[in-house]
Amino acid sequence: MAGLGSHKTVETSAGQMTFIQAIQSAMRDEMERDESVIVMGEDVGVKGGVFGATAGLHKQFGGLRVIDTPLAESSIAGVAIGAAINGMRPVAEMQFADFIHPAFNQIVSEAAKMRYRTNNDFSVPMVIRAPFGGGVHGALYHSQSVEAFFAHVPGLKVVIPSTPYDAKGLLISAIRDPDPVLFFEHKKAYRLIKGEVPEGENYTVPIGRARVARQGNHMSVFAYGLMVHYCVQAAEEMAKEGHSVEVIDLRTVRPLDRQAIKSSVEKTGKALIVYEANRTLGVGAEVSALIAEECFEYLDGPVLRLGGPDVPAMPFSAPMENFFMPNPEKIYKAMRQLAAY
Amino acid sequence: MAHGATITEGGVTKVTMPQLGESVTEGQISRWLKQPGDAVEKYEALVEVITDKVNAEVPSPIAGVLAEINVQEGETVAVGTLICSIGSVAGGPAAEAPVVEAGSGGAAAGVAEGMGAAPSAGGTPVVADTAPAPVGAAPSAAAPGSNGHDRAGRASPAVRRLADEHNLDISQVKGSGIGGRVTKRDVEEFLAAGGQARASGPSEAASQPPPAAMPPPAPPAPAPGPPSAQPRPGDELVALTPIRKAIAEHMVRSRQTSPHAWCATEVDMSSVVELRKGEREKFRGREGIDLTYVPFVIKATVEALKDHPEVNAQWTAEGILRRKAINISVAVSSPGGLMVPVIHDADMLSIAGLAHKLNDVATRARAGQLKLPDIEGGTFCVNNPGTFGTVISAPIINQPQAAIMTMEAIVKRPVVLPGDVIGIRSMMFMGLSFDHRVMDGLEAATFLVDVKKNLEAMAPGLPVY
Amino acid sequence: MKLVKPEVAPEIEAATLREMYRSMLLARMVDERCWLLNRGGKAPFVISCQGQEGAQVGSVFALDRGQDWFAPYYRDLAVVLALGETPRDILLSVMGKAGEPNSGARQMPSHFGSRRLRIISQGSSVGTQALHAVGTALASRSRGEAAVSISYVGEGGTSQGDYHEAMNFASVHRLPVIFFVENNNYAISVPLNLQMAVQDVAVRAAGYNMPGVVVDGQDVPEVYRVTKEAADRARAGDGPSLIEAKVHRFTSHSSDDDQRVYRPEAEIKQEAQEDCLPRFRDHLFEEGALTQEQETALRTELRKQIDDATQAAEDAPYPAPEEALLHVYGQEPPSLDDLRGEPRVTWDVD
Repeated sequence: MAGLGSHKTVETSAGQMTFIQAIQSAMRDEMERDESVIVMGEDVGVKGGVFGATAGLHKQFGGLRVIDTPLAESSIAGVAIGAAINGMRPVAEMQFADFIHPAFNQIVSEAAKMRYRTNNDFSVPMVIRAPFGGGVHGALYHSQSVEAFFAHVPGLKVVIPSTPYDAKGLLISAIRDPDPVLFFEHKKAYRLIKGEVPEGENYTVPIGRARVARQGNHMSVFAYGLMVHYCVQAAEEMAKEGHSVEVIDLRTVRPLDRQAIKSSVEKTGKALIVYEANRTLGVGAEVSALIAEECFEYLDGPVLRLGGPDVPAMPFSAPMENFFMPNPEKIYKAMRQLAAY
Repeated sequence: MAHGATITEGGVTKVTMPQLGESVTEGQISRWLKQPGDAVEKYEALVEVITDKVNAEVPSPIAGVLAEINVQEGETVAVGTLICSIGSVAGGPAAEAPVVEAGSGGAAAGVAEGMGAAPSAGGTPVVADTAPAPVGAAPSAAAPGSNGHDRAGRASPAVRRLADEHNLDISQVKGSGIGGRVTKRDVEEFLAAGGQARASGPSEAASQPPPAAMPPPAPPAPAPGPPSAQPRPGDELVALTPIRKAIAEHMVRSRQTSPHAWCATEVDMSSVVELRKGEREKFRGREGIDLTYVPFVIKATVEALKDHPEVNAQWTAEGILRRKAINISVAVSSPGGLMVPVIHDADMLSIAGLAHKLNDVATRARAGQLKLPDIEGGTFCVNNPGTFGTVISAPIINQPQAAIMTMEAIVKRPVVLPGDVIGIRSMMFMGLSFDHRVMDGLEAATFLVDVKKNLEAMAPGLPVY
Repeated sequence: MKLVKPEVAPEIEAATLREMYRSMLLARMVDERCWLLNRGGKAPFVISCQGQEGAQVGSVFALDRGQDWFAPYYRDLAVVLALGETPRDILLSVMGKAGEPNSGARQMPSHFGSRRLRIISQGSSVGTQALHAVGTALASRSRGEAAVSISYVGEGGTSQGDYHEAMNFASVHRLPVIFFVENNNYAISVPLNLQMAVQDVAVRAAGYNMPGVVVDGQDVPEVYRVTKEAADRARAGDGPSLIEAKVHRFTSHSSDDDQRVYRPEAEIKQEAQEDCLPRFRDHLFEEGALTQEQETALRTELRKQIDDATQAAEDAPYPAPEEALLHVYGQEPPSLDDLRGEPRVTWDVD
């Protein structure tokens, strides 16, 4: 369903990149640095990916390192696992997170368990990239947030950056990581979010560390991906009314940065978790359980979750889609509720 | 097919930049295919647009005449920006016409816009607000417990903790939370504001401490006197009990008398844990009391003291007096305060005997039934702050003894074992404060390490009798 | 690269033939010992290679041990023994003892894996390993190495989507892969005619534009020959091949199964007459590669080796329980306690 025609570089000011340019840049840098890094997936070759994440890589590195695969997700994951076992560092693209499910067995039963089931003899240094999230008229099968399925699984790491700087630094860390990393990129952020990315500088952002996106004292709001930006916007509104809201960008949902979560809640006493996936049994459940268990004596209010509704997926029609998506207004309302408690 | 979304009013339709593909947020006008005044058919191409994903022709949403072009060729604008207007008949620019967004659904741009989610121009309502009221539209304000429910008397864990830390009566604080609840922020602001906050508070008079209780008579101690404090609103003065005074005086004297030095070691208690686990139920059944870890530690200590008489000693003007009897003082917290009863001739007792003796003095200490001989004659002190969860503590010597030892919480930790294997063991720190006049670090450390060795040598099978 | 296509069956030297027979016999005897231990209550679970040793050993010897990659499935005891696993390794594995090399006694027995021996680890989800073989081949080709990857599977496993995805991927990219199917006619109890609508798995190859051959799994030299041919094709850059070895399953699916419930007695008896082991032995006698005395001595030697291995496994300790917390990630968490299921916050209740 993706676009027609060729990709062009989005105009940005000096030192600025869009989110997707940062992704591209990370893969290019790593492929230049390390010959074992290969890219594989549907349409990642000449076309450069349906979103343009791999644009230019085929031309620069050739078809042996930028591999168009058959349209079969389990094979993308399974072949990447085999290549990783044999010394490569594959970056496999699932065209949409929604289509990762046929590869679930390979990721969860094979990649995640490989090191454990061989008592550290084998490892799978593989990255699976996938665009996720809604708000782009993608409907049921181009809007899903699938992180909770994978965040449940020991042996996997699940990374969801929100800024171009983090996207590049975390993707480089993911490629260099000795274990399988699921790297989810919010597709609405691809061209919407721009930010500073140091030119030509090789840097990494550590997996498993949260970031304070906005400092505050009266409540802690936890989010990742696009929702971080919405939470910051809502927090600015709250500031006008004298409420100081801290926004924590989790950046990695497995392993969670427990210390960052605890430190923030111990300071503020109140917590709200915002995410776009179905509300029940999502990342919000784990963060709120962690707070209940480890920060009980610091709590000054109930731990709240704002997530997507518990319906199977995001509808196409705009009003229904908007109804599904958390947005700054809904987040602001939830923040006000919590502030009033 | 993407085409300019439209709003039509007064015969004029405004066309905005469509969203040409997922993730696209802006587009560049490449070429206008129609000029103002040109007639256009419905779905006839109006303009070529370039985005970084696709190049596309944007068709006209209606039949009419192109009235005005708002974005020139070569310019890049955000999705949702007005690009042209079309009149249903030949006419001038549609100055007052409301905008309708381009694109497949009409609501896309709003999500990226931020707070309002409303299109920037015109009064078009937010789509979500115009939708029929959905089932359970807004999150209920009721949970947990309805608005207006009286929460003034309830304190959250955070508020209780803060109040405890600052010795604060929560009812002194005016609550700003739901149902009058006192929030953490209220407490923090109350504390930060000091007296002023209370001055305007509603319960000023009631919260005044009775004048008779303040200020306390200055103690005649020669030591640095307590700082005289001006009570602030909300402060509470707790009168000194005789036992509190005695403890205070003892602590000050000990600190001034003995140059305290401190060292610690780490003990692998795993086998003691096993040993105790195996004995505990039988012991309770036979003896009627719980078998805690303390008698094991005392046993190990007593054995070490036999080998280190320099520790079982005290400083005197004439010389260092080494005590023959090994009388172990044990710190017991009682409702009245800290008590330190003594287990006399501890070296004569088995682990079971120590357990009984310990139970006896601790029970009587808590009941306030200790007699003078019970607290006299100690030669070395064992303290168990670990029972409160500490892992390291530096105690003050119980005068006139030469040293005091702590046992800390037993916690499971990964430990590197012989052969460089990582194992999970029950570990415990032990600390020793000692009088540096009486001994040096060497003696203190070798004593402490001997206690450790004695404990680690205890294993299932060791008789407790 | 040179295209190599042998026109005639390769000569196998007498010493190699003896080595092959030794591998087959060792596998059979180790397998029988595992059943003995199972029935004696010392091995909770056993799954067998008996009847399939010829196909397994014939294929391994046609490949380059040390260079090529092997993705076995759970019945491939003779494969891994031929590659260098030892009776002691296997017996530690069936007893779940410390030092078990495939998984540190984490997996069920017969879930083989060894980086040193280039045996790709497998889980219990059938057919997944075919994709891993394709992936290792992709990596070998990327680096310009001559290594071939072979994926073993039963005929039941070929019904999996992963298996077809693997054949398709390998063929599209002309990767050096051998898809080796050990067709014993039963997937636990489900017979071939309920598994697939074709008589031979090998015909699937046509759909993926690769050669597909059927070989008698009892005929060890013939298995050797077709495998060698497929390996030569792969090394020459001509892409993957599918080999279907028709084999017999002498035992029930596993120690938890009883095949008498679903297999005709006559069929079981008939297949026992066609055992690859005596057939290959007699072939060696005829070729003059082995004498009766040598065979007897070999059995005695292997018996002693297996007895010693059994004793060593029985004497070996179990792994420490907390080892269960190790090796989830390459970098262990700051505290392994973070991985425990118990509450994270504790306090002293004594």
